[in-house]
Amino acid sequence: MSTIDRARLLDIYTRTMKVNRTDEKFRSLLMQGKVAVMYYCVRGQELVSAAAMAALTDDDYVVCTYRGQGEQTAKGIPAELWWAECLGKVTGTCKGKGGTMHITYPAKGIMVTTGVVGSGLPIANGLAMASQNNGDGKVTVVSFGDGAANIGAFHEAMNMAQLYKLPVVFLCQNNRYGEHTAFADHTSSESISARASGYGMRGVLVDGNDVHQVYPAMQEAVDRARAGEGPTLIEAMCYRMMGHFFGADFSYMPPEHLAEMQREDPLPKLRKVMLEHQFSAEELDAVVAGIDAEIDDAVTMALAADLPGAEELAIDVLEGAPA
Amino acid sequence: MGEITLAQALNRAIDEAMADDPGVFCLGEDVAAKQGGGVFKITSGLSEKYGEHRVRATPISETAIVGAAVGAALAGQRPIAEIMLMNFVGVCMDQIVNHAAKLRFMSGGQTNVPLVIRTTTGVGVGFGGQHSDMLEAWFAHVAGLHVVTPSNAADARGLMRSAIECNDPVIFIENILCYGLKSEDPGPGYRVPMGKAAVAREGSDISLITYGRTVLDALAVAGELASEGISVEVIDLRTIAPYDEAAVLASVRKTGLALTLHEAVRPFGTGAELAATIQEKCWDYLKGPVRRVGGTFSPVPFATVLEQAWIPTKAQIIEQIKAALGRS
Repeated sequence: MSTIDRARLLDIYTRTMKVNRTDEKFRSLLMQGKVAVMYYCVRGQELVSAAAMAALTDDDYVVCTYRGQGEQTAKGIPAELWWAECLGKVTGTCKGKGGTMHITYPAKGIMVTTGVVGSGLPIANGLAMASQNNGDGKVTVVSFGDGAANIGAFHEAMNMAQLYKLPVVFLCQNNRYGEHTAFADHTSSESISARASGYGMRGVLVDGNDVHQVYPAMQEAVDRARAGEGPTLIEAMCYRMMGHFFGADFSYMPPEHLAEMQREDPLPKLRKVMLEHQFSAEELDAVVAGIDAEIDDAVTMALAADLPGAEELAIDVLEGAPA
Repeated sequence: MGEITLAQALNRAIDEAMADDPGVFCLGEDVAAKQGGGVFKITSGLSEKYGEHRVRATPISETAIVGAAVGAALAGQRPIAEIMLMNFVGVCMDQIVNHAAKLRFMSGGQTNVPLVIRTTTGVGVGFGGQHSDMLEAWFAHVAGLHVVTPSNAADARGLMRSAIECNDPVIFIENILCYGLKSEDPGPGYRVPMGKAAVAREGSDISLITYGRTVLDALAVAGELASEGISVEVIDLRTIAPYDEAAVLASVRKTGLALTLHEAVRPFGTGAELAATIQEKCWDYLKGPVRRVGGTFSPVPFATVLEQAWIPTKAQIIEQIKAALGRS
C-alpha cells in the first residue's frame, strides 16, 4: 500500500467531498425544479477527479468534458462563479455564455470544457506543446470517459503526444458506459490503458475507487511529464452511478451492476481510509459541513445574480467592441 | 526590393513573424526541412533557422494538428497550422468550428485562440473532386472566424503578418495556381489590415466583387471591356469574413450595379450573402438585380475538358456584365 501523508489525504478528502456535495446539491435543485439545465452527474467518480487534481499545481492545465464538475470543483474554481455559470448568470465564470458543458476558468487552469466527446485530447496536446516550447514546466491533464477512447481524435492525440513526448497526462475515467452503451458493447479491447503500448506510451490501470491507487499513479504521471519523460495514459476504473445526464432513463443499467457499484462506492471507502489515518468522524463531518455552507452561500448568490444582457451576444465573438 | 512570388511572400512573412515573436511556430504535414519544407515549399528553410520545435512536421492527423494548434493558442502562443489541402478540413472541422471559433465566446472572453490555419486549394490543377474545393463559405458561416485569401504576392505578405498577429482564429486560404504570381516586394514589416478590401481597379459602370484567384479574371475582363467603353470596378475583398461591407456598399452606390464572382460553387456561396446585403442596403441605388458567377454545382471533375467547363470563365463574367448593362 502506498503512503500518502495525512495533509494530502485531508486535501483529497476535502476535494472529493466538494465534488460530491456539489453533485448532490445540483441534483437536489434539479429535483425540486429550482433549476432546469443540463447536468451530467458525477456520482461515483468523485475520487478520481479529486485525487487527480490534487496532484497538480494551480498553474497546471486541465481539459475536461461536459461531465467535468469533478475536475472543475476539485481544481478550485470558486463555488460562486461556478454556480452562477451553471445557472446562466452574468456573474458566472463565462458570463453565462458557456454553461454547464463549457466551464472555463484559466485562473485555476481549467482551459477548456468540451461538449464533444474526445475533442479535448488534441487540445491538451497543444497546451502541453506550448509548455514544451516555452519551458514553463506546466503539465496538462485531460480527463475523458471510456466512450472517448473510440473516436479518432483519441488515437491521433495519443500518437502525437508520444511522438513529441509532450508533458500531458491522459486520464480516462472508465465509468463503464459511453452514453447508454456498456463498455463491453462499445470497446473491442479489454482495457483502454492496454492500448497505450500501441503508441509506445506508458499505460497504467488503477482502481478509481481506491485513493491509494489513483493518487500515486497520477502523481507519478505528473512528475514524469514535468521531468520531460513524456505522457502517460491512466485508466481509472470507476462507476457512473446515474444516467448519462440528470433525468435520463437508466433502466438499461442492470440492477446487479448497480449493486456492484454501490459495493465499490469510493466515498465510504475513502472515509474508512481517513478513519484509519486517525481523522475523527467529527473532523470529517466538520469538513463536509463547511463545504455545504459554502455551496449554500454560492447557490443563494447565483440564484439572485443578474442574467446576461442581450448585448452579450455581440461581445467575445471576435476581439474588439461590436460594431 | 525586386519582385517576389506569392509563395516567397508567404515564406518571408512567416519567417519575419517567427523572428519577431518566439511564440510563433508552424506545424503541419511535411513542413520541416527533413520533409522538404512542405509540399508547396511555403515553410522551406524555416526549420533550419528556428529548429524543429518551431517547425513541427506532424503525422497525417488533421484533428491532432488543429487541436494542438488550438491548445497552444489558448496557452498564448501563435501557431500556424498547415492543412495541406482545403478538402482535408473535413477531417478536423470539429476543432475548427466547435473549438477554435467558439472558445472566446463560450469562455466569456477569458480565453482566445490566436491561430492561423493555412490551407491551399484550387480548380484547374487536375486534382479532381477531393483536392480542389473552395470551401470558404463553410467558414464564413461560422461566428468567431476570420477568413482571408490573397490575390497577389504583396497582399499575401501583408495579410499573413496580420493574420499571425490577429488574436482570433484565421482561415488563410491559398490557391495553388497563384503561388507563382509575382509582385513588387513590399518589404519586411508590410501589413495588409484584416477586414479591408482593396479597389483593384477603379470603374464607374458596375462593381465586380471577388477575391483570390478570380481577381485575376476580373482584372482581365475589366481590361477587355474598357476597350468597349465599359468601366468595371474590381473589388478584391482580401478578407472574406468578416468582410469590408463599407467598401462593397460604397462601390455599389457609386456604380449602381454589382456582380459577385468566386471559384466556389454558386449556390449558397459567399456571393449570395453579398448579393443579399447589397440589395438590403443599396436598393435605392441599384439599377438592376445583383448578379452572381460561381463554379458549377457539381463535384470538381478530373478530366481537363470537364474541369475547364466547371470553372467560371471570363466569357461568363463578360456575359453577365453586358446583361446587367443591357448591352448583350
